[in-house]
Amino acid sequence: MSAAAVAAPTLTQVMAQALAIERAAVERYNALADVMEVHNNRPVTELFRKLAAIETQHVQQILAHMGWKSVATAPTVWGLLDGPESVPEEHVHYLMWPWHALQLALGAEERAEAFFARLAETAADEAARRAALELRDEERVHVALVKAWLERTPEPGTDWADDPDPPRYTD
Amino acid sequence: MNAIHARAAGASPPSLSIAIAGSGGSGVMTAGAMLLDAAARSGRYGLMVRTSGPQIRGGEAAALLRLAEQPVGALDDRFDLLIAMDWQNLHRFADEIPLGAASLVVGDGDEGEPPAVFLADGARAALLSLKQIARAIPGAWVNMVTLGLAGALAGLPRAALEAAFRASWKRDGAGLDANLRALDAGIEAAAGIAGMSRLAPAPQRSAARAGNAAAGRWLVSGNEAAGYGAIRAGVRFVAAYPITPATELLEWLAPALTKVGGTLVQAEDELASINMAIGASYGGVPSLTATSGPGLALMTEALGLAVASEVPVVVVDVMRGGPSTGIPAKSEQSDLSFAVGGLPGDAPRLVLAPTSIADCLATTQWAVHLAEALQAPAIVLSDQFMGQARAIIDRPEDPGFFAERLTADESTPDYQRYRDTPSGVSPMAIPGTAGVTYTADGLEHSESGTPSSQARDHRLQLAKRERKLAQHDYGTWWADVEGDGDAAVVTFGSVTGAVREAIARVGARGPKLRLIALRLLAPALPEAMAAALDGVRRVIVVEQNHGAQLYRWLRAMHDLPGKPASFHRPGPLPLRPGELAEALLDWHGARSSAASARTRSGQRTTETMQ
Amino acid sequence: MTETLCPPAARTPADYKSATKPVWCPGCGDFTVLASLTRALAALQLPPHEVAVVSGIGCSSRIPAYTACYGFHGVHGRALAAATGLKVARPDLTVVVTGGDGDGYSIGGNHFLHACRRNVDLTYIVMDNHVYGMTKGQASPTTEPDWDSKLSPGGTGVRSFHPLVIALASGATFIARGYSGDPGGTADIIAQAIRHPGFAFVEILSPCVTFRPEQRNWKQQVRPASVDRTDDAARAARRIMTDDGFNIGVLYCAERTQYPLRRERVGGAVAALESEFVL
Repeated sequence: MSAAAVAAPTLTQVMAQALAIERAAVERYNALADVMEVHNNRPVTELFRKLAAIETQHVQQILAHMGWKSVATAPTVWGLLDGPESVPEEHVHYLMWPWHALQLALGAEERAEAFFARLAETAADEAARRAALELRDEERVHVALVKAWLERTPEPGTDWADDPDPPRYTD
Repeated sequence: MNAIHARAAGASPPSLSIAIAGSGGSGVMTAGAMLLDAAARSGRYGLMVRTSGPQIRGGEAAALLRLAEQPVGALDDRFDLLIAMDWQNLHRFADEIPLGAASLVVGDGDEGEPPAVFLADGARAALLSLKQIARAIPGAWVNMVTLGLAGALAGLPRAALEAAFRASWKRDGAGLDANLRALDAGIEAAAGIAGMSRLAPAPQRSAARAGNAAAGRWLVSGNEAAGYGAIRAGVRFVAAYPITPATELLEWLAPALTKVGGTLVQAEDELASINMAIGASYGGVPSLTATSGPGLALMTEALGLAVASEVPVVVVDVMRGGPSTGIPAKSEQSDLSFAVGGLPGDAPRLVLAPTSIADCLATTQWAVHLAEALQAPAIVLSDQFMGQARAIIDRPEDPGFFAERLTADESTPDYQRYRDTPSGVSPMAIPGTAGVTYTADGLEHSESGTPSSQARDHRLQLAKRERKLAQHDYGTWWADVEGDGDAAVVTFGSVTGAVREAIARVGARGPKLRLIALRLLAPALPEAMAAALDGVRRVIVVEQNHGAQLYRWLRAMHDLPGKPASFHRPGPLPLRPGELAEALLDWHGARSSAASARTRSGQRTTETMQ
Repeated sequence: MTETLCPPAARTPADYKSATKPVWCPGCGDFTVLASLTRALAALQLPPHEVAVVSGIGCSSRIPAYTACYGFHGVHGRALAAATGLKVARPDLTVVVTGGDGDGYSIGGNHFLHACRRNVDLTYIVMDNHVYGMTKGQASPTTEPDWDSKLSPGGTGVRSFHPLVIALASGATFIARGYSGDPGGTADIIAQAIRHPGFAFVEILSPCVTFRPEQRNWKQQVRPASVDRTDDAARAARRIMTDDGFNIGVLYCAERTQYPLRRERVGGAVAALESEFVL
């Protein structure tokens, strides 16, 4: 059910898609950070904010690379709500550990890498293909970074989701 | 004979009370309506109520009229004339058709003797073969004979009777002639009946339609008047669920709203109708619904929502006999306690009550204005008597109340829907206005509308919602204060007419009583009440319910002078001027503190508490 | 959803979100429903102040305050009534009604029937998680009869409610099912529903992670509907009656006269109404 890539994308379209993906990632990580903040999970809140900041850097990089002044003036691509970097909602939990969050980020980066690899195969021209491959390689680097990050992040025990308190009534 | 009731035989009475009764298609209601119309056309005033059995059609029915030279505010103590086209089950109405020694009962000889209960107080009986007279004229209806008879006995000119008949005739020409002949037969039959006091000859006030229009007289029911008041104030959305006795109010509004660009939606139940009205009002359109006690009960949760989210809405409660399903077709004033206090939480709301059929217009109009100005729900306590009775009234003056909601301007900086203000009223953003979007909420909220469980927010919002009602300047409309005696009679709603007449009768005997007829029941206005009671040493509260609801409400909310007394009786029977006058005299004259209860044969037990 | 490049849009989905942070449990399907709704509104480029979101009581009914549109958070089960009044009084607004399965099918059931009958131009989005979440996990009308809960130990034993069948039988002219795990598809369905002239019903399977964690496996059970939508009520009835509750997509879309019938507003004089009283 993921969005189909644009058939035969040009260079601009490839970069516009990348921009959209990164922007969606920023939005998604910020939203997840908000949820975790509301539920008083500080470590994961901070982690998601960090990830959002990293993705923001990627956004800036793409803008700079393409000479687009701002996201408002850059070309927009629609329909990537469930694009490769989106995190499946059901895998977050109010008691989740940073390790869990990084697993989600890892999955997102791996999907993004695969996405750009596919995009390269259908690229309209050489410039587009090379751009897509560069992006794929970028994502590969991100994957490695996240993996390394995971290495130094403590893994939760089996009781990580235990909460002695039952759910509460609200209204 | 008691001076309060006596009328010198032969002298023109101040009013004439006529009851027309029958069953099974005899056309009682139509006859009554035509008689009232004829009275109007001849320059008189009058009031008509109807009573019937539970059958949808064919049941026993009676039209109860009171005709007079002056506007009529209540039914009299007894009927001067009862014309019964038959006696089927009519004994059920015996309580509603009180008769006396000066009364005349005309029955159809072929339908048997009048039941003993109608003659028990000494009424005279006359027998006429009404149905035979009608049958002798092919195509004629018996109720036309009755109309002629009643009209002639009342002293109404033939021209007025004919005009009333023609105005109501919706069928072809053949029946028209036959029924006019029946009318004449009835008029002729009246000549053979002596001893009936008739109304005085028609006053200078012209009987012509143009004259009426110039004089500005209406024939209207309380339900219709309330509907018109709502539209005049600016209501343009109504949600409707039928219930006796409010249905006609809604039915009148349906085409009327369309004519002025509004809409009426028939809802699936009262829960839907009140929520629809609130939704429409949230959208900026003054909205209203009408119901009776059982429907109001269903609406309470949503009324609380209107209080908490500060959305204006008006509910007209045409009160009927309660509790629960109660007595749907009869009047009572027993929803007062519920209206002023029946919401969970501290939920201030407006409660108003028209004091007469004519006042249904102005009070509903005012209720809309208040609800809109104060962004709160308003309950208008009408009742079955006012709602369904038809009266000839002077054209009511327009009190000039309109819906004027304080709304937020586009892009107001730092807009907060529920901002605390000195008056308690904060500008309401209307959907479609840019820059001031908000979410209305039944949850307690901060000034911005965000749900909040904080003590500070709750106290602030509770105080705001209370203050906006309590500190509003209601002017002189909150009550009619008449007279300056040191003994005051406090009442509300349809009982006002009977009380006013009772006070006049008492006044003829000497004691000058002050009348305070409340129009605004909630919020209570302690300062205004204290001013109205200035110089008053004793108070009696008169109302039509079993639990003395107004009496208890007033004692709870005000410091009343002396030992307040209560005259209360539940429906279904109306409070009549004569019995009230006696009770007021007793109360006023009594020096001892002993409680007294009196019973008279043929009359109802009155309860007077001291 | 189009994948082509477009000029920078005046409004993005972010413009339809308020600053208020949702209090839903992390993992709640309603987060993506909110994202889908804002995405749909952005696709339609509706000015947020001309959209009203009306809700009842429950977790999913919290949604209005999370949007930048006008919101009405009413009482339990009455959202459709309030929305009907609002839309009839203000036909210029786009009115979206939101709520859960308890709010909509239990206490709200009666209003659901009549809203489908009336065919007022509303979009009704039900976030169905087969449970009363806000009150800590009781069976709702769409809960399976054997689902154990404190209030109904061993299960209610009552056959579950089939909202799409009821909607069709009552006259809804747009019937669709979405899944919160498919935000793009759901956004598309919501946009179509809003565009649909008449009463559009969108039931979105939206798992409750706290009280129905097993609903994670919905991801494996949902599938795109294998047949195209139909405008034939009888055909739709056969499909929906045999539907297992996991077919995603627009299942039925037809046209029927909207309510209210008379759209033109007559501007008659109020004073003219008096004439029927004048003698």
